[in-house]
Amino acid sequence: MDDRHPAPRDAAYWAQSVDKLSIKDAPQEALNLNVEGRQTVGPLQGFGQLWQKTYRVRMMGCESTPQEVIAVWKERFPEFQPPENRFFPSVAGVQPGEVVLINAMTPGGPVSTGVMVLYSDDESFTLMTPEGHPESGWVTFSAYDDGGVVVAQVQSLARANDPVYELAFRLVGSSVQEKIWRHVLGSLAAAFDVGEPVSLDKQCVDARLQWSRAGNVRHNAQMLTLLYNLGAPFRWARRLFAKKEQPT
Amino acid sequence: MPEADITITVHDVNSAVSILAIEGEITAFAEDALMAAYQEASDGATQSIILNFDELEYMNSSGIGLLVTLLIRTQRQNQTLLACGLNEHYQRIFQLTRLNEAIAIYPDEAAALAAINQTARTS
Repeated sequence: MDDRHPAPRDAAYWAQSVDKLSIKDAPQEALNLNVEGRQTVGPLQGFGQLWQKTYRVRMMGCESTPQEVIAVWKERFPEFQPPENRFFPSVAGVQPGEVVLINAMTPGGPVSTGVMVLYSDDESFTLMTPEGHPESGWVTFSAYDDGGVVVAQVQSLARANDPVYELAFRLVGSSVQEKIWRHVLGSLAAAFDVGEPVSLDKQCVDARLQWSRAGNVRHNAQMLTLLYNLGAPFRWARRLFAKKEQPT
Repeated sequence: MPEADITITVHDVNSAVSILAIEGEITAFAEDALMAAYQEASDGATQSIILNFDELEYMNSSGIGLLVTLLIRTQRQNQTLLACGLNEHYQRIFQLTRLNEAIAIYPDEAAALAAINQTARTS
């Protein structure tokens, strides 16, 4: 950018382009799996039906501004998740380009994955998924003023990443996911002493399955997490023998 | 809801090609304006829609989401969506969000139109 073409106003809010994700300082308590070296994927790269789901809570009586709500949301993001869904932001927090690790327990078992902060400004932030995540797409968290009432919103635009996830979403995953985001908005509202119900509007943007993306299953984080856990006794035994073989 | 700060001018090049010239901001609040312009541009014969971003001033992630939705709509109608006039920054955003894998990007309207004509000649 030069004097004739000044940087656009939104330039600082977007992540820098990255070929592959890398994690500099993973929190010690987080299992860092299925993120390092993965590419991010958007709503066009997944396999399943593309859904846009918009969850809203009208924060009646909340005297904070949308910007203040977003500041709290970013700062306490992991705290607003349900207990089975653990988020581990980096030290830098919810900043463009940062990676947030996720260790979740789903009906199909544990899954270790993450998301990249694609965009973050004073009124919204967006998380984009990597290869292997259950979904391919992004979710935007925002707040705005609607006639004097602050509305907090979660909007996802995503499709299942592979055929296994698509089946899981159709069976049970979709309702589990909806429960998670309702919980997050409910927790956020509670942090501002608001107890309003969360509404959900969902629409299938693209009903087609993208069979050309069926091969995404090779990155499936749920299956790879399962394999990793199955290998735990062997890793433990290897460490034990390695210790015994060390010269005294 | 805040007002959308966007103006979209629809220009029909011919019965098969329309240009949507976007001026202002693409955010979540631009949805009605963008979809109305698409409806205006898209009659039964329209095969290609060019989005001209020469006068784009601001775009957030919700705005990019709108472009994904628009892309799916055009695909359903067997139309092609093209983009032109994106500055370096917004070209990078298209790459970052991998929108460039589905929407071809050209420097200007003339280049986009030339690509459409080339495709028409070879098909």
